[in-house]
Amino acid sequence: MTVVLAQVQAIPQAADYLRILPEIVLSLFGILIMLLDPLVDEEKSQKTLGLIAFIGTIAGLISTWYTAQSPGLAFSNTIRVDSFSIYFTFLVIAIAAVVILSSFEYMAVQRIRAGEYYALILFGVVGMTLMSSAIELVMIFIGLEISSISTYILAGFRRNEAASSESSLKYFLLGSFATAFFLYGVALMFGATGSTNIDTIAQKLQSGPVELLVFVAMALMLVGLGFKVAAAPFHIWTPDVYEGAPAPIVGFMSTAPKAAAFAVLLRVVFAINAPGRFWFLWVAAALSMTLGNVGALVQSNVKRLLAYSSIAHAGYLLMAFAMTTPENSANGISAAMFYAASYAAMNVGAFAVVGHFANAGERYVTLEDYEGLGRRSPLLAATLTIFLLSLIGIPMTGGFFAKFYVFSAAIRANLIWLTLIGVANSAIGAYYYLRIIVVMYMREARREVPVAPVTFGLGIALAVSIFATLYLGLLPNRVLQVAQHSAQELLPHPPSVGTAQIPLQPPVPQP
Amino acid sequence: MKIDHFSPYILTLVTFVPLAGAILLMLLPRRDRDIRIFSLVVSLLTFALSVHLPVHFQRAQTAFQYEIDKQWISSPNIHYHMGIDGISLWLVVLTTFLTPLCVLISWKSVHDRVKEFFILLLILETALIGVFTSLDLFLFYFFWEATLIPMALLIGIFGHERKVYAAVKFFMYTMIASVFMLAAILWLYANTHSFDFVTIRDLIASGKVPNFPAAAQWLFLGFFLAFAVKVPLFPFHTWLPDAHVEAPTAGSVLLAGVLLKMGTYGMLRFNLGLFPEQSRHNQSWIMILALIGIIYGALVAMVQPNMKKLIAYSSVSHLGFVVLGIFSFTQAGLNGAMFVMLAHGISTGGLFMLAGILHERRHTYEISEFGGLATPMPVYATSYLFIVLASVGLPLLNGFIGEFLVLTGAFQARPIYGILAATGVIWSACYLLWMFQRVFYGKVTHPVNSSLPDLLGFEKAAVWPCVAAALAMGVAPILWLAAIDPAVHAALAGPIPQMVSRVVGQ
Repeated sequence: MTVVLAQVQAIPQAADYLRILPEIVLSLFGILIMLLDPLVDEEKSQKTLGLIAFIGTIAGLISTWYTAQSPGLAFSNTIRVDSFSIYFTFLVIAIAAVVILSSFEYMAVQRIRAGEYYALILFGVVGMTLMSSAIELVMIFIGLEISSISTYILAGFRRNEAASSESSLKYFLLGSFATAFFLYGVALMFGATGSTNIDTIAQKLQSGPVELLVFVAMALMLVGLGFKVAAAPFHIWTPDVYEGAPAPIVGFMSTAPKAAAFAVLLRVVFAINAPGRFWFLWVAAALSMTLGNVGALVQSNVKRLLAYSSIAHAGYLLMAFAMTTPENSANGISAAMFYAASYAAMNVGAFAVVGHFANAGERYVTLEDYEGLGRRSPLLAATLTIFLLSLIGIPMTGGFFAKFYVFSAAIRANLIWLTLIGVANSAIGAYYYLRIIVVMYMREARREVPVAPVTFGLGIALAVSIFATLYLGLLPNRVLQVAQHSAQELLPHPPSVGTAQIPLQPPVPQP
Repeated sequence: MKIDHFSPYILTLVTFVPLAGAILLMLLPRRDRDIRIFSLVVSLLTFALSVHLPVHFQRAQTAFQYEIDKQWISSPNIHYHMGIDGISLWLVVLTTFLTPLCVLISWKSVHDRVKEFFILLLILETALIGVFTSLDLFLFYFFWEATLIPMALLIGIFGHERKVYAAVKFFMYTMIASVFMLAAILWLYANTHSFDFVTIRDLIASGKVPNFPAAAQWLFLGFFLAFAVKVPLFPFHTWLPDAHVEAPTAGSVLLAGVLLKMGTYGMLRFNLGLFPEQSRHNQSWIMILALIGIIYGALVAMVQPNMKKLIAYSSVSHLGFVVLGIFSFTQAGLNGAMFVMLAHGISTGGLFMLAGILHERRHTYEISEFGGLATPMPVYATSYLFIVLASVGLPLLNGFIGEFLVLTGAFQARPIYGILAATGVIWSACYLLWMFQRVFYGKVTHPVNSSLPDLLGFEKAAVWPCVAAALAMGVAPILWLAAIDPAVHAALAGPIPQMVSRVVGQ
């Protein structure tokens, strides 16, 4: 009976396609842009192709909503549409939409010929949405590759700048190295459990003693994913890559692929219930927070500063992963999901402002250039201030609740020391974000830095980011409930009563 | 009946009217005069609304009044829970009383970026009132942190020469200290599944919180550190003089008048309320720190050449009295602590305004730049003397009652501490009167000073309410103490006897 069912499922059906509708829609729009690119006038291509890409993301969002109505498995159990995957799919596409909006003006100012730029964003998003809905390690790997390759190219889009090429090359070399780690881990996991399906692996691991090979496989996979989320000690690439890449793309890179990688990490860690991960994640979280914040303290380039800050934020997020019991895990998962969303809102917004302000050739990106911005363009400065306050974690912003949920999940899991490291770090972090606010408002400009008026597209992008940041800071309920619901779905269901259960990991060590 | 219907929303109104005003102000065009008038109207409206609170306050009751409790976020279980008792009642009124005066005193002295200034001032008022009215630990932390940004910006944008340094120092000190309070709050939530102050207090008192004995001391310290930095207690006080000297006048008034009281209020409400045992445990070293604060603050104030710095250090000394009173655990001591908080808010607020007026005319705070000012500015000198005497603690003015009660309490608890603290009163007379003598008596030493204009109309409007309040509080302290006394009694007795007495009362 089961064999027959499996065979029936091997032939893709309408429902299967429905469940990857967002991916299909986004790919079609990406292809459309590639086809149109040679046809449209070079001067006008900016607006036209950008607009098509934006419509593509809106269509993607609508199709995500449509897909959400029919959750279930697709393509021989390689993809599962559930509220967890919908959450991340929605998040990633929304990020792309805002980034595309903020790119219109940036591309024109930097005189970059658009064309494949927008197509690449869309293709990248396809990879990321696949990552969030795949429950099959090989499928995850394919998604990871699609998303990574697009971002490698996007990082090098300021073709005339050596820094951008360096960024792209560095990202490519180290990134492919890391994906290789991940793939190796997948292969070993297959060797140990005979499957690459996350659910099957979880069952195998629950039903018998855990082999050494599983630990090695797990470690390799965590290293690969740790690189993708820029967690210490795999974070060295981040500042250089972020500094060289185009500012809107940094906003994109630091949120969307990261969110997708965190989705994979959540699946790998919690759905598999990965053995022996506790100290790995504990140390990675503590190190990322500390190294990220300390590194950011001494930066004078705003892009580099935000790059280090993104390492620190990956650290806060990783705190949510150091949970072991199912109840704590549920808290951790929902906290991590909420964090990913609010970090996306504030960081995309911050980089949109930085990109606008940088002007042609990204000339104005140091702290000195921001002097007196509060007087010259109060609205832009106020906007950036809101994002920075959110990054600090001040009440009324999404960043506050994000930190709050993570810390409270950690305290509930009795991770007192990790929480203390976290709160101390968030206090240190306040200093360097505050420095930007200080130079904007409390210093007078020493040299002339032109600030162009904000265009319509960028205005919308900023408005959306601010709205999201404040919405998450004032009414976090809705989003959190969705996250909590997804967390329940993600966790492996407890094995039926009566089966002997072997503890998968040693009891939680009390740090 | 109508009043009853109105009551649940009165606290919300008082808290958020300034914020609503700030938002409206953002939409107003940049016409400085309109902006000033509008902010004055908003702050006066808030004050008028807040007068409702003491008027309809049930003085004999110890439970929270004007309570409102609505769920804000379901998971975690965060409530919009507000309410006041005799401890917070007057602090709310103090805030709403000082804010219109701050608007008046900034009428002329702020002429650049006027709109931003008043927006920040009104936002700050909302956050300050919120701190005193919230009964949900999360809500409290929310407002607590929210005071930080407008205050730091007020110092950093509108301050004097070293404003950036002072603003960043202020921000970092308070931020670092308060994250530990956040950790303690999170621990409490993890173990009680509630942020509600009353619920947590009762759970702790009845011993139903798991792991509490082991963690209690750390939790106490987590809260205490945040409050001690804010007060500021002796070793954590270094941010205060910098912040005061650099802040604009209105910033100093609110900083000394209300912001510092957030710390002492927190100690009274949370350290004493949630951890009565640990508070008694840690009594001795805290009292010693408070004593050092009193004497050290006074001695340092005496040698300051800068008038504003002198007043700032006098705050360190006066707030030492408050902490001493709180940790004496006597009825008199706590009553006194509350009264000193209010009296200090009025008189130091007044002193900062007066110093600001002088700075407005001469652009300096150096005491040596002045001398013989009583001749050109008689009204100013009289008002100044009045406030100085109130601050020194002259009987029949507000400073006396509070300090007397604190000393009584301290003497009951530890006689030697009472004796040592009493010298603080003498010191304060020394530095304040000496300063007054150098500034106002004798002949005019600098020719510039002989033509200084006396108090202007709006300056009188700002200063004289403080003078009147100082006198009223000194003559009829019972008006204030009638509400404070039962609340303090309840705070001392802890939640359990209070519940019993409530049952008996029924």
